[in-house]
Amino acid sequence: MNVYLDLFLTFARVGGLTFGGGYAMLPILQREVVENKGWCTEEELTDYYAIGQCTPGIIAVNTATFIGTKTAGFWGSALATIGVVFPSLIIITVIAAFLRNFADNEYVIHAFAGLRVVVCVLVLNTVVKLFKGNIKGKGLPALILFLLVLVASFFFKVSSIILVVCAMVWGLFFGLYLPRHGAGKEAGK
Amino acid sequence: MIYLQLFFEFFKTGLFAIGGGLATLPFLQEMSARTGWFTLTELQDMIAVSESTPGPIGVNMATYCGFTTAGIPGAVIATLGLVMPSFIVILIVAGFLKRFKDSPVVAAAFSGLRPASTALIAAVLLSLFASNFLNLTAWQGFSLQSFAVLKWQALLLGAVVFVGTKLWKKVHPGFFLLFGAAAGILLKL
Repeated sequence: MNVYLDLFLTFARVGGLTFGGGYAMLPILQREVVENKGWCTEEELTDYYAIGQCTPGIIAVNTATFIGTKTAGFWGSALATIGVVFPSLIIITVIAAFLRNFADNEYVIHAFAGLRVVVCVLVLNTVVKLFKGNIKGKGLPALILFLLVLVASFFFKVSSIILVVCAMVWGLFFGLYLPRHGAGKEAGK
Repeated sequence: MIYLQLFFEFFKTGLFAIGGGLATLPFLQEMSARTGWFTLTELQDMIAVSESTPGPIGVNMATYCGFTTAGIPGAVIATLGLVMPSFIVILIVAGFLKRFKDSPVVAAAFSGLRPASTALIAAVLLSLFASNFLNLTAWQGFSLQSFAVLKWQALLLGAVVFVGTKLWKKVHPGFFLLFGAAAGILLKL
């Protein structure tokens, strides 16, 4: 299949299966983009999510643009982005035009309660996979950073932007500064 | 020129709403007060519809708002406006990353980014767990009634789906979402 068409259709599927915020699309992206298409790795997907947290705009769109441009340049990014918003455009327009009481419908409410439970489980599986790839076996600093950010975000509601910036500084310290200077001093003793 | 105005307003929202989805809300509230395109009650309807349809919430809001203000062209233009800043910023960031992908500085920064990003998603997961499986308003201290805090049906559905995703790893997540929606209707979740 033509790569542009493939990008459009894949991201349209991702957009159509995202129920909830940006996090809800991660399990779908993992399946479609990482496992089925091999357009990026799991690590890169985590990077895009983090970058999406601290750049303007919708995280789903940011991720689509990233993967699109990596796979097929400018037009790839354009089609992936159009793809991810396409289902919303159609569905919302139809609802706004014809189904005024859509959100109050009893069936819709129950169906969405069920959907949210499934999203919860899918995100759990994603977190386990990401944990295995990004923290397990990556040393103590990675684990400590994970726990600190988790506590700061969940209990203290610290802004994601601040946490992402701090994490990059942390990475620079443990990944760049310490290996050069800390280890150098010890070797000099 | 309503279309130009719609594009510009949503472009601004896309540019300044950092962190996705519901970060657009304060901007929409302000837009409602300033332009009179929709009332605050309509905004609440929009949120309800956005949360009960697939797709990124920010995009859903833009489409709904654009449609109610200026029909189908309005829906398309508002959505394009919202998406445009992400698109441009991410193209720039992606170009930067491609150029510096072998730099040790970028590699070190990303070594901090990945555990942090995983932790941010894990924090979202914890809040999802709390809102889907716990009924915190029923909590009245430790007693025999403490179990009332658990949402049994949701927990059961979650457990079934979890086992399902482990047994049938090849099954597309979309299938489990469909199952969840059906179960939600049947169980009246």
